[in-house]
Amino acid sequence: MSGAALTVRGLHIGFGGTEVVRGVDLDLAPGRIVALVGESGSGKSVTARALLGLAGRGALVDAERFELDGEDVRGAGERRWRRLRGAKVGLVLQDALASLDPLRPIGREIGDALRLHLGLRPAAARQRVLELLERLELPHPALTIDRRSGELSGGMRQRALIAAAVALDPPVLVADEPTTALDVGVQATVLQLLREAADRGAAVLLISHDLAVVSGIADEILVLADGTVVERGPTAAVLGAPRHAATRALLAAVPTEVPRGVPLLAAARLADPGARVAGSTPPAQAAMSPTGTAPILEAHGLGRAYRSRGGDVTAVEDVSVALRPGRTLGLVGESGSGKTTLARLLLALERPDAGVVRFDGAPWSELTEAARRPARRRIGAIWQDPYGSFDPRWGVARLLRDALTAGGQPGDDRAVRELLDLVRLPAALAAGHPLELSGGQRQRVAIARALAARPEVLIADEPVSALDVTVQAAVLDLLDELQRERGLAMLFISHDLGVVRHMSDELAVMRHGRILEQGEAEQLFAAPQHAYTAALIRHSPRLAWGGDAHGTPSTR
Amino acid sequence: MSDLELRAGASPADAPRSARTREDRPRRRRMPRPSVVLAAAFVGFLLLAVVWPGLLQTAPPDAISPAEAFQPPSASHWFGTDESGRDVYSRVVAGTAPSLLIGVLATAIGLALGLLLGGIAALGGRVLDFVIGRVNEVLFAFPGILLALLVIVLWGPGPVTATVAVGLSTAPGYARIIRGQLLAIRGSGYVEAARVLGHGRARILAAHILPNALVPIAALATLGIGQAVVWASSLSFLGLGAQPPAAEWGAMLSAGRTYLGTAWWLTVFPGLMIVATTLATTVLGRALTARDGARR
Amino acid sequence: MRARRIRAIALRLGGALFVLWAVATLTFFAIHLVPGDPAQAILGGPGSQAPQETLDRVRAEYGLDQPLVVQYAAMLGRLLTGDLGTSYSLKAPVAELIGGQLLGTLTLALAALALAWVLAIGLALWSSAPGRVARGVAGAIELTAAALPHFWLATVLIAVFATGLGWLPPVANGSASGLVLPVVTLAVPLAGFLAQLMREHLLDALERPFTVSALARGETASGIRLRHALRHAALPAVQLSGWAIGYLISGAVVVETIFARPGLGRTLLRATELRDVPLVTGVVLVVALVYVLMTVLTDLVATLADPRIRTAAA
Repeated sequence: MSGAALTVRGLHIGFGGTEVVRGVDLDLAPGRIVALVGESGSGKSVTARALLGLAGRGALVDAERFELDGEDVRGAGERRWRRLRGAKVGLVLQDALASLDPLRPIGREIGDALRLHLGLRPAAARQRVLELLERLELPHPALTIDRRSGELSGGMRQRALIAAAVALDPPVLVADEPTTALDVGVQATVLQLLREAADRGAAVLLISHDLAVVSGIADEILVLADGTVVERGPTAAVLGAPRHAATRALLAAVPTEVPRGVPLLAAARLADPGARVAGSTPPAQAAMSPTGTAPILEAHGLGRAYRSRGGDVTAVEDVSVALRPGRTLGLVGESGSGKTTLARLLLALERPDAGVVRFDGAPWSELTEAARRPARRRIGAIWQDPYGSFDPRWGVARLLRDALTAGGQPGDDRAVRELLDLVRLPAALAAGHPLELSGGQRQRVAIARALAARPEVLIADEPVSALDVTVQAAVLDLLDELQRERGLAMLFISHDLGVVRHMSDELAVMRHGRILEQGEAEQLFAAPQHAYTAALIRHSPRLAWGGDAHGTPSTR
Repeated sequence: MSDLELRAGASPADAPRSARTREDRPRRRRMPRPSVVLAAAFVGFLLLAVVWPGLLQTAPPDAISPAEAFQPPSASHWFGTDESGRDVYSRVVAGTAPSLLIGVLATAIGLALGLLLGGIAALGGRVLDFVIGRVNEVLFAFPGILLALLVIVLWGPGPVTATVAVGLSTAPGYARIIRGQLLAIRGSGYVEAARVLGHGRARILAAHILPNALVPIAALATLGIGQAVVWASSLSFLGLGAQPPAAEWGAMLSAGRTYLGTAWWLTVFPGLMIVATTLATTVLGRALTARDGARR
Repeated sequence: MRARRIRAIALRLGGALFVLWAVATLTFFAIHLVPGDPAQAILGGPGSQAPQETLDRVRAEYGLDQPLVVQYAAMLGRLLTGDLGTSYSLKAPVAELIGGQLLGTLTLALAALALAWVLAIGLALWSSAPGRVARGVAGAIELTAAALPHFWLATVLIAVFATGLGWLPPVANGSASGLVLPVVTLAVPLAGFLAQLMREHLLDALERPFTVSALARGETASGIRLRHALRHAALPAVQLSGWAIGYLISGAVVVETIFARPGLGRTLLRATELRDVPLVTGVVLVVALVYVLMTVLTDLVATLADPRIRTAAA
């Protein structure tokens, strides 16, 4: 090995007097993958951008050493950076749908680097791009090259994005949250491609907020908090014996490993992850109701299709589910699998084309809206985007008061305070506007509103997908606790298998509008009946300790 | 419990984000931009010229004194004098009311029709939406003042016809925008949330849909007045709206065009008033839209 | 995929035919529902005091003595053969009258559209450039341009460049130099509108992740704006081309009048003043046809340029 591909010492980045990165050291070596992990706001993304001279207008970047492929790039100007970007250092951003220009064929996007750095003519560039597509195993390169990103499947699109970054085989490859918000199958593809790039000799820096994602692929992990590296070391060491609180918080936020009923944040306080998985007993296991209870909300043979100009699109087909008091049904599936449509059908926001929904043994989906309205307060709902579910003209107090009175409860200040207390928010927030709240606080207000009318059923549609991992953990703990306290029947929808597994008593796997299999969560995990479920479990990122003694199965 | 609750109440990860949003707030509520202040001041001037023109005029607008004809702008006649020696500035002030009236009334007509059509299309079910969509498409095929000219050829020229004509020709545009806005609100998360809470149609309409549509529609109207003034004065200029010797800006401009070679001020100043009015309403309308958008 | 696209185009053309039919029907019934005797209008208005037999003769000649439904059917039949009726005031076939004027107005409108695009792209690129001063100045220019009424701009341009500096003729004299001022008059306000629209989308595109991706490949700042952002900005403006042509033709009413340039707009204004219903109807129909054709065309262009529209429609 010719030595380090990238060496950074004492990197400082500031914006108008506030330092967001304070003294970060980085060493990237060919063939190795280093993961930079932290919460949003920890400075990881801006660090990644700074490695390409893209920290942004007004950013003050300073370092004691900053060598890219043996070249000192401290104080490099825009012209010099342009020569380096794409040639010496490549960047992979998250979703390819947004990161590739939707109006340009991917061949042109990938060929840009060749045109800019090698001065290749279109025909020559095209030939090189075709070879590249071949190498990255995109099917039918001759056809694909003229497609635009929106015309490709998720996996192909992501391959194209990576192809554009590695077109010139840059010695350093920076991947900024390359798997966030992707379906697990595509996620696995991306990680595999990054591994391949490293095997070809690239030094890869992988930025992520999710330890589970990086654990299976990174050789080394750096944990960033508040602009400084608080912990660094080989993957197995960092995951196996985390020393810093920030690392433990990130670890705890990975719900896969925490059994149902154990609060994630309580688990975080336990230093040894091995003890946490094996040792602790679920405190409230006994409170959970048995399987035998009669269902309160049930669907039989639900079907729903949407008419579009190209023909009917089936969103939900022949789906039957049952929610029982005190139990959570987890619904997992990739985007577009029909999860949200099912939630809307259960909430009677839409009428099914086929099948029925029954609520508390009585008709529900067949009722007229007027007949249904009095019973609506018995079913609550929370969504992925709490802010969008709040009237923008209303403050927190008004939102909650509205929900209280709608449910026939007194809507006075005391009731509002009690609701805020229920979701562990300070009473002072009542005077505020949702705009002033953080993402986690907003979702808490949404939960408070959903529970204001004391419903018996709660439909939660991707309630934590937009939240940071540790905030996510806190909200999950809250939901779990409230569910047990109130004996709620809950439908918990997520694309994240780990989250669903932690939250659910029963599990349903959905794909192409159908439920592939359904059953007790642990049983389903132990012995998936359907190949798709097995693949979902296999691809789902989980903490891998690098084959240590804890016996946790590793992804790959 | 304390540790869990502490973290839950204000977890450290939450803190930087909430701090950031709080920083944003005062910036949004800071002093309005200078262009907005200027626009508001000009609209204030216009309103004063409508309500109490005498306060702003320096001479009687219709006083003829042939001896003072064609005087260029000066300290005594800010905008000069016309062929009959009338003070152009005072006539421009006097023309504010008729010029604005046509624009405002035309906007009101267009907006009322647009609200009706757009409201029915958005909230009245699929069949009505389809029908109104087609009607709108047809009306769009009469671009600009074409529909207005058609109305005038049928009812004859004059300020009233011009007002109705401009109102009619702007209605389909309003209808389309209002329909889109209402549909966006109807499909929004908060209307859905209200349905889940068990609120009825009427209450959702009154508590959510209408109040949230109000500001964007007000902004739309403000933006529209400027364009309506331009169209209406175009008709007057063509001799199809207000007729000279009325002090309407378009008509004044038309009359002054004869003397363009010798007395440019007869055409330039009435025209500047139209441009300034359009600019001011556009700036104010945009500011309203931006303020509304910041909350969403 | 292909069959679906053909179906979409067929649907679009069917919609266009419907619009034209509706425009014809609407104008026909509007005219006949309004009080006033067309025969009187043909003979020079109510003041002409034409004798009854002359009125009867005219009614028979123009088919005005037939029931309304028959007249309507006759009108539709004539339209299909391209016959737009006979002008009341000029006593000549409307189709011929319009045919003689159409080219001049289309030349004017298309030249103005082209100039407006050039100006708008320049303005949008300038006003989206980094630097607050450039943004502010270009933004103010866009705003002002969009607020300029045609009749005033034309008057000022004549005062400055024709009567003042004497560089260009104040009236259209058939030469190329006579086309400059009318084209500029029509183009400037439209450029203001288009530039505002384009800048909004340009700035939006510059904030999207794909510009970061492109920068990370070594693309230059101007390369980003020309190769990426400009496409995103131009697309919505292209989709407005149908509206823009209509706007320009209706602006031609004013511009042709001021510059004494023969054309559709001036014909329309004269016909409006004389209440020449067939001529006005004819012009309106032809403009509607141009508008509809332009809309279909721009829809097709937009669908080809942006796969997202195709998937949304499918």
